[in-house]
Amino acid sequence: MSWHVVAKVDEIAPGQSKMVSARGREIGVFNVNGDFFALANKCPHEGASLCKGRVIGLAESDEPGHYRLTRKGELLRCPWHGWEFDIRTGQSWCDPVHTKVKAYSVMVESGDKLGDKSKGPYVAETFAVSVEDNYILVDV
Amino acid sequence: MSMDVLEPRTRPVRERQSKLSVVDCDIHPAAKSALELKPYMPQQWWEHLTTFGSGVRQNFSETLAYPRMQAEVSRVDAWPPSGGPPGSDLDFMRAQHLDPNNVERGILIPLRMNAGSQRNLAFGAALCRAINEWQIETWCRKEERLRGSIQVSADDVKFSVAEIERCAADPTYVQVLIPPRNLEPLGRERYWPIFEAAVAANRPIAMHVGGVSGSPAGAGTGTISYYVEEHQSLVQAMQAVLVSLVVEGVFERFPTLKIVMVEAGFAWLPALSWRLDTQWKRFKAEVPQLKRLPSEYIREHFWFTTQPIEEPERPEDLDRIIDWIGEDRIMFSTDYPHWDFDDPNYVFKTRMSETRRRKIFSENAKTLFNLRDA
Repeated sequence: MSWHVVAKVDEIAPGQSKMVSARGREIGVFNVNGDFFALANKCPHEGASLCKGRVIGLAESDEPGHYRLTRKGELLRCPWHGWEFDIRTGQSWCDPVHTKVKAYSVMVESGDKLGDKSKGPYVAETFAVSVEDNYILVDV
Repeated sequence: MSMDVLEPRTRPVRERQSKLSVVDCDIHPAAKSALELKPYMPQQWWEHLTTFGSGVRQNFSETLAYPRMQAEVSRVDAWPPSGGPPGSDLDFMRAQHLDPNNVERGILIPLRMNAGSQRNLAFGAALCRAINEWQIETWCRKEERLRGSIQVSADDVKFSVAEIERCAADPTYVQVLIPPRNLEPLGRERYWPIFEAAVAANRPIAMHVGGVSGSPAGAGTGTISYYVEEHQSLVQAMQAVLVSLVVEGVFERFPTLKIVMVEAGFAWLPALSWRLDTQWKRFKAEVPQLKRLPSEYIREHFWFTTQPIEEPERPEDLDRIIDWIGEDRIMFSTDYPHWDFDDPNYVFKTRMSETRRRKIFSENAKTLFNLRDA
């Protein structure tokens, strides 16, 4: 596996996502309240393009008649059957043990450090990097 | 993270089966707007539509009684870039579904506007007829893989018979489409002329879940609360229709009538048949029109489409259910572009024999709908 530069930090605002491609794989990069996470663009249930789904919260209830919306912006709902996945881990909410989306490691690095070979073989997929900006890297 | 743990990931080699050729028994076309139907409607009924709107047998009749969690009941990714609702753009349907899923033949099932459940029967008839013509002109004439359904409104028996006779000469129509929920259970004798016409036209009757009977959805239990309940009630309605058709003696009267149950699943069929057989043995004096076990009529006269497939904890349980029903009676369907679409590459979780696979994904439908012309 290697680190791939996939976006500038300021390209993906909190609550937003970007589809990127690294080593031929489609990956959705999500900004959840300032933290970045990356998920494979494929639902483990029936193969839908998962990252086309909506980012949602979790509707929870302790007893009938009492509802609350929690974890706003932390779950991704499949555009087909509505399976919900935790953007931070790729785990399914309903079936966390058996159904999981491939999640990739993400890190943010400033442009002037990208040349530092001790951090691994960086590959910029889509654009030239400059030293002034911060970049999002995905380990694929 | 240090370099020595960043080994290239070896991808599991997944044994690929040969590329599936698919007959999709449930594709829902939509009009970009009602204007598409205008050329096919008499002026009187076009004005009725634009003045009064559609009126099905429920309050707030142009809405869904149980709102879905996804707009237009559809896949979020199925909205055509050209605009219009999901299922309204042929090129996009080709690019998103027909081509990548290797759909050799697709059967259109028009549901929008609920033409078969209109309170005003004469308007419903005009709407059914317009949709039938629109289907052929807008879709089937432009895409040779697609086939149409003869949409009728069961409670207008006279119209239904006439419409089946009118459409029968065009082989592009491969089935008659009736909503399962009507004013009375569909096995009642008042509906039999429709069955007679279908048999004469040599077309199966397809029932797609839905329709609006005027009674609350929910198997007679009162008004249910949630969409998740209504989704179950769709199947309960299909079960009730199946039982009605069997016990009223429809298949004694029409021994060559074929019924396709679309989108109702099928895993419930063995249990329902067992119960019905057991009770028939005790109560058959009540229904002397039945000469054989109910399950025998069921096995002889019914076909079932796959979507939305049941997903048991042990996937192999589904194989045993297919054994019971018969691998000749199950036909693949996707429900494109609706949200509970099944993908042909993922729908079955167990490996099945090549013969069974071919039957379910294409051969059974080709035989039933006489699609071997191509």
